[in-house]
Amino acid sequence: MDFLLNAVVNGLMSGAIYVLVAIGLTLIYGVLHIINFAHGALLMLGMYVVFFLVTRWGLDPYLSLPLVAGAGFAVGYLLYRGVIGRFSHGKDENILLITLGLSIIFENAALFFFSAHTNIIDLDYTDDIFILGEIFIPYTKAVSFAAALVICLVLSLYISRSDLGKAIRAVAKERHGARLVGINVETVYALSYGLGIACLGAAACLLMPSYYVSPTVGHSFVLIAFTIVVLGGMGSFVGALVGGLIIGVAESVSGAFLGEQLGQIAIPIIFILVLLVKPTGLFRGAQ
Amino acid sequence: MESKKARSPQRREFIARSTAVALGTMAFPGLLRAQSAKEVRVGIIHPMTGLVAYSGQHCRLGSMLAIEQINNNGGIKSLGGAKITPVLGDSQGRVEVGVAEVERMNEAGVAAYVGCYNSPVVIAATQAAAKYETPFVVDVGSSDLIVSRGLTNVFRFSPGFGQCVDTGVAALETINKDAGNPASTVVIVHESGEMGTGTSKLLMNQLPDIGLKVLDVIAHDNPARSFDNVALRLRSLKPDLVMHTGYANEYQLLARTLKRFKVPTTQFSIMGAGFGIKFLRESPDAAAYQMDVNHWYRPDDPRAQALKNEVEARKHDFVYEVFCSYNAILLLADALERAGSADKGALTESLAQSTWSDHFMPYAPTRFVNGQNEGGRAAGLQILNNQIEMIYPEQFASAKPVFPNPEFR
Repeated sequence: MDFLLNAVVNGLMSGAIYVLVAIGLTLIYGVLHIINFAHGALLMLGMYVVFFLVTRWGLDPYLSLPLVAGAGFAVGYLLYRGVIGRFSHGKDENILLITLGLSIIFENAALFFFSAHTNIIDLDYTDDIFILGEIFIPYTKAVSFAAALVICLVLSLYISRSDLGKAIRAVAKERHGARLVGINVETVYALSYGLGIACLGAAACLLMPSYYVSPTVGHSFVLIAFTIVVLGGMGSFVGALVGGLIIGVAESVSGAFLGEQLGQIAIPIIFILVLLVKPTGLFRGAQ
Repeated sequence: MESKKARSPQRREFIARSTAVALGTMAFPGLLRAQSAKEVRVGIIHPMTGLVAYSGQHCRLGSMLAIEQINNNGGIKSLGGAKITPVLGDSQGRVEVGVAEVERMNEAGVAAYVGCYNSPVVIAATQAAAKYETPFVVDVGSSDLIVSRGLTNVFRFSPGFGQCVDTGVAALETINKDAGNPASTVVIVHESGEMGTGTSKLLMNQLPDIGLKVLDVIAHDNPARSFDNVALRLRSLKPDLVMHTGYANEYQLLARTLKRFKVPTTQFSIMGAGFGIKFLRESPDAAAYQMDVNHWYRPDDPRAQALKNEVEARKHDFVYEVFCSYNAILLLADALERAGSADKGALTESLAQSTWSDHFMPYAPTRFVNGQNEGGRAAGLQILNNQIEMIYPEQFASAKPVFPNPEFR
C-alpha cells in the first residue's frame, strides 16, 4: 500500500513538471492553432540559461524563475515577430516548418557552443527529501509541484480576467471576428507565443535542480507534452493540468508495478482510450 | 578595361581546366580516391551528435590525439613516413547513419575504419565494412555479437561485456569475501539496449555462482526522465547491492536519485558508462564509494598521465572513451608499420597477428581470437576520497576497496 501511495505521489510530482511544459504548448496551440515543434529546443535553451545563472552567477534556480520566465517571454515574442510571423505568411504549414527548422538550429547551435556534455547543477538542497511516514517526497519535486499549480492558476486567472486574456481568447475563438473588432491579431499571436515560452522558462527553472541539461534534453519532455495536450483537450489549460497529472500518475504507477519499460505503455493506452471515447480530449479547448 | 581583357583568357583557361578536371574525376573516380603514397586514410566513425554525443566526441578526441602523435613522430615509417589522414564521420548513434558513413568512407578510399561506440552501430558498420574486406578496429563497443559473427575484418581492442562481466564477478567475489561476505542480495538495473540487456543476462547467470541472489531485474529506457520509482522499488527490496549497466546520463541520474531517496545499498556497476571524472566532479556526494568495472588505464604509467594532462589542457575529461580510441589508433598504426602496406588484405593479416604491447592499459599484449583481443581486461574502480582509484586487479591497484558502502554499513 505504501508502495502504491509513494508511486501516486511521485507521479503527481512528475506530472506537475509535464504540466508546465505542456501548458505553453497548449496555449500556443489554442491561439495559433499550430504545434510548436521548437518547444523542446526552447526548453533546452531555458535550461542552459538556468545552468549558467547557477554556475556563473550563483543565482538560485527558484529565485531566477521570474527572470528566466521574463526572458522566455521576450525571446518568444521576438521570435514570433522576427521569424515565425514574418516568414510564415499566415500559413499554418509554414509555421510548422519554421518551428521545426528553429528546433534544428537551436539544438545544433547548442551542440556547437555548449558541446554534447550533459550538465548538472549540484545545490545544497538537491538531495533533500521530505519523509512523511512512509511517503518520500523530494524537496525539488515538491517545489515544482507547488509552483506548477500556482503558475497554472495565475495564468488561468490572467487569461480569463485581463484585457489581454480576453483578446487572446477572442483570437483563439475567431481570429477574423477579433480583427474586425479592432484586436491586433498579430500582436496577440506574438504575446501568446511569448507566454508559452515564458512557461517553458519557468519549467526550466523547476527542472534543473533535479535533472540535467544537454542539447537533446527537450526530446525527453516534448513528446509527453504533446500527449498531454491532446489528452487534456487541445488549447485547454485545465486539460493540460489534469492531463499532465494523469499522465504523471499513470506513468509512475504502471512503472512501479509493470516495470520501467512495460510501464511506459500506460501513457499510449490512456491516450488511445481518450481518443476513442472522447476524441476532443478531456476538456474543451480554447475555442 | 585593359585588365579585364587581360584576365579573360585566364578565366577561360581556368574554366577549361576545371571542366577537364571535373570530367576526368567523373570518368576516373579511382584516380582521386586512390591514396597517395604519403598518406593512409582511416575512417573514424563516432556519434558526434545525438544522445551519446558526449562519449562520441571523447572517442574522436582520443583518435585525433593519437593520429597527431603518430604524424608528428614521422608517420608510418615502413610506408616512407606516410601520414595517417583521418576521414571523419558522425554516426549520430544511429545504425543507418553509421552504415552510410562506412559507404561514404569506402568511396573516399579508406584503408581501415575505427569506431563506433554504440554496439548496434558497431554491429552494422562492421558488417558493411566486411563487404569491402576493409579492416575495422573497434575502439569501444561492448556487445559480444560484434566479435561472434565470424567476420574476419573485425578487431576489438577493448573487452566486451562478456569479459567485463567475468572480471566484475571475479572482482565482486574477492571483494565480498575479503569483507566477510556482507552482500548476499542484488538488484540489477540496466538500460534496455544491447549493452544493458546482454550484461544483465550474463550477470543473472553468474551471480548465483558466487552466492548472490538476484532479487529483481529492472530495465529502463534511454533517455530516462526519472528513477524515482526505481528508488522506491529498491527501498522496498532492500538489496545489499545495486548493479547498474547504463549510459552516462542515466547512470548519473540513478546514482543521484538513490542518494536522494537514501536507498541503503552499495552500488557496484558493470560498464557504467557514466562512471568517471565528470560524474565525480558534478555529483561528488552521489559518487562517493561507487564501484564500477570498466575500461581503465594503468594509473602508474607515465604515458597515461601525459595523455591525461594533454586532454585536460584541452579542457576535456579524461574518460575511457579517450584512451580506448587513442590506443585503438596506435594498434592500427602498429599493424600498418608491420604490414608495410596499406593494402586491406595485408593490414587485416597484420592485425590478426598483432602482439602489440606498447600501450598503457592493464592488458597483456594483443592477441586476437575471432576478432576479440584476448589480452584485454577490464578494471575494478572505486571513488574514494574524491579520486577514482583502481581496486582490481590487485597487481595494478592504487587503493584497497571500501566495501560495503560505509554510509550504510
